Amino acid sequence: MAPEIGYFALLLALFVSVVQSAALFVAARRHDPMVAAFADQAALAQFMFLVVAFASLTYAFVTSDFSVEVVAANSHTAKPLLYKIAGVWGNHEGSMLLWVLILSLFGAAVALFGRNLPDQLRTDVLGVHGMVGFGFLAFVALTSNPFARLAQAPDDGNGLNPILQDPGLAIHPPFLYLGYVGFSMAFSFAVAALIRGKVDACWARWVRPWVLAAWCFLTIGITLGSAWAYYTLGWGGWWFWDPVENASLMPWISGAALLHSALVVERRNALVSWTVLLAILTFSLSLIGTFLVRSGVLTSVHAFALDPARGVFILGLILFAAGGALTLYAFRVPHLKYGAPFAPISRESGLAANNVLLSAAAATVFLGTFYPLIVDVIGNDKISVGPPYYNRTFVPIMIALLLIMVIGPMLKWKRDNLRAASGRLKYPALAGLLTSILVLIVTSGHNIFAAAFMAVAVWLVVGSFAALAYRTRLGDASFATTLRLARSTPRAFYGLVIAHAGMGITVAGITGMTSWAAEKIGMLRPGKSLELSGYVLRLRAVDDVAGSNYDAERGTFEVIRKGRFVARLISERRFYPVRQEQTVAAGIRTNLISNLYVAIGEPDGSGAWAVRFYYHPFMPWVWIGALTMALGGIVSLSDRRLRVGVPQRVPRPAVAFAGARAGP
Amino acid sequence: MIRTLRISARNLFVAVLFASGFATSSSAVTPDEVLQDPTLEMRARAISQNLRCVVCQNQSIDDSAAPLAHDLRVLVRERLVSGDTDEQVIEFIAARYGNFVRLNPPLQLNTIALWLGPGAFLFIGAIGLGRHLRRRSGDDGGHSPGSLTAVEQQRLDELPSERRSA
Repeated sequence: MAPEIGYFALLLALFVSVVQSAALFVAARRHDPMVAAFADQAALAQFMFLVVAFASLTYAFVTSDFSVEVVAANSHTAKPLLYKIAGVWGNHEGSMLLWVLILSLFGAAVALFGRNLPDQLRTDVLGVHGMVGFGFLAFVALTSNPFARLAQAPDDGNGLNPILQDPGLAIHPPFLYLGYVGFSMAFSFAVAALIRGKVDACWARWVRPWVLAAWCFLTIGITLGSAWAYYTLGWGGWWFWDPVENASLMPWISGAALLHSALVVERRNALVSWTVLLAILTFSLSLIGTFLVRSGVLTSVHAFALDPARGVFILGLILFAAGGALTLYAFRVPHLKYGAPFAPISRESGLAANNVLLSAAAATVFLGTFYPLIVDVIGNDKISVGPPYYNRTFVPIMIALLLIMVIGPMLKWKRDNLRAASGRLKYPALAGLLTSILVLIVTSGHNIFAAAFMAVAVWLVVGSFAALAYRTRLGDASFATTLRLARSTPRAFYGLVIAHAGMGITVAGITGMTSWAAEKIGMLRPGKSLELSGYVLRLRAVDDVAGSNYDAERGTFEVIRKGRFVARLISERRFYPVRQEQTVAAGIRTNLISNLYVAIGEPDGSGAWAVRFYYHPFMPWVWIGALTMALGGIVSLSDRRLRVGVPQRVPRPAVAFAGARAGP
Repeated sequence: MIRTLRISARNLFVAVLFASGFATSSSAVTPDEVLQDPTLEMRARAISQNLRCVVCQNQSIDDSAAPLAHDLRVLVRERLVSGDTDEQVIEFIAARYGNFVRLNPPLQLNTIALWLGPGAFLFIGAIGLGRHLRRRSGDDGGHSPGSLTAVEQQRLDELPSERRSA
């Protein structure tokens, strides 16, 4: 019964999305608060129906209802409860249902928390959002029905791909989708603004929290995915420039660009048309991300749903959404006014340069990801684009970006003076220089690469705090003044400091890992040991153990350094009988600065096992830095100026121009 | 037949620094494959990281546990032991499996756009920014009807400080 309820709810959501889209057209003709209320209710109803649909599918998974096709294909009675639930989105149909659920969640959030938006704008945004929802709901209902029943239910299911049976991966897709789908809000705001032909500072202020929230979620989602790859795939790789990773990186980069350009619109009313374009492109890149994973056009380790017919449908959706929005943009852009001017040396210029670099970086990833496809289709030749390409193209662009990331926040809005600005940069520059000298001394001059990149990392971290020091006039005015200024500094600025410093931490992590990671591979019998970077790894024993739904060979290791016990590591080779598949669970010990990583491999039949032992210095910093960036975003989101749904506690009514202007 | 324009990767950018790159240390290398000579082994690893495992989904032969990847790793080491340069080893394997195995695409007729693209993107961006700055400079305070009034703008700029006093 539950699957039928779910399917019915899905169809209801589809119908509601049609009427929600209609609000857009009705609102264009009638100024009526009823229309706005209607759009709000439609968005909420769509969300409720999808909650019911999603809950029904979850129920089918939890109760192992194998008469439902996706449950039979992706679940098993012997699976732990967590993976029964995670199995809901561990397959194509269920993950698309999660996608539309999150899409409607954002719509409902606008209806609930967007009361400070003018009715007309909110109605337009929800109308456009309804159209996007209609496209995807039609996709789910027509090509990917998760509730399809089997004529004959099997006794047990096929189980879930073992490498997906992991707590990290259980929560990775929801975060990733919250990010991808969150950018749909930016899209809807952009299209709504284009329809009315009015983009101004208020618009930027309203759209920014949604972009910021989506970007934070995407940051966390990508971090989880990277960490998952690190410990699951059994060799410590954390980024592969795989098409699917690139698919998440592209909207992340352009989303970051959008955050910054919206800032210019908000503060200075400049870069208006560019920001609108970027909002459209960012969501288009998110859609392409979906398309990549679903279509099987690009092969990848992550693709679990390869079906060209669905790919064509999604491609059609992308062409319609992106093409439609871009056509509208082309018609409207001549009418969008240019805003206030800014000088070549100014905060606006810094942010614009940031946008040039981020856009070039995103375009480079796009080119590298799709070029093999283009060459295949046009030139009938097969080429590969791998890490060496990105190291030579993407990385130099990012270095330029990392350098200006410190300079930008030190510049004044409108106009600044180069000499004064460079004075503010002396401490970060000095710190970077000292770092590079230190690294060169420690590595006895061998590692110029590490010296240069560590200097950049320190430049970023020190530079971010220097921006705060400059703003609060630390050392320049009395301490009381600094304290007062620090208290009056908006949270958005603290968000900037934290996020930029986080980037520095990530850069340090990548540099350390790239420069100093070490590995040792050997055949080990119990009692024997390997030595690496001063650590001695001894294999204590290998036992056969039974897991919840797998059998494993468990290698127990101990790590000793200078005669002292450091850690006990456990690595398992797991065999999942249901799927006849094998995975390796690595043993990892972290002290938040470096990781020790061991993975047990094949036995040689005479009592020895292949063992890989890795020393990964600075590896945790890659993720700590990334999470710090997300934290910066969240702090910025908590800024009262941006907070949605909270009444603006500004005493003077004149400031409430946001609501006043669009009143009936 | 497309002629390979052989340009040493080192000349492409000042990127000697990045040549070691962000490829992660890794691997599926088994103990019996490892060469005695550590320098040769290091070269073998570096080469393997730039060769794609043709039967896998987007992994280098250094990362892949597939039997074919194992065979190729052994082949790479055999060529190195017999005295080939790194470039020769890659040529040897690319001659058998096609350019598809090169994770570092060679600069040739059909990859010109790939290699020039990033520079072109930056160039276009810089031109756009430059034009924007040139058009803007000199005309100060030009407000468009759709934008904020001076009073509104001032209030907007003052918001942070107002927030405090609120």
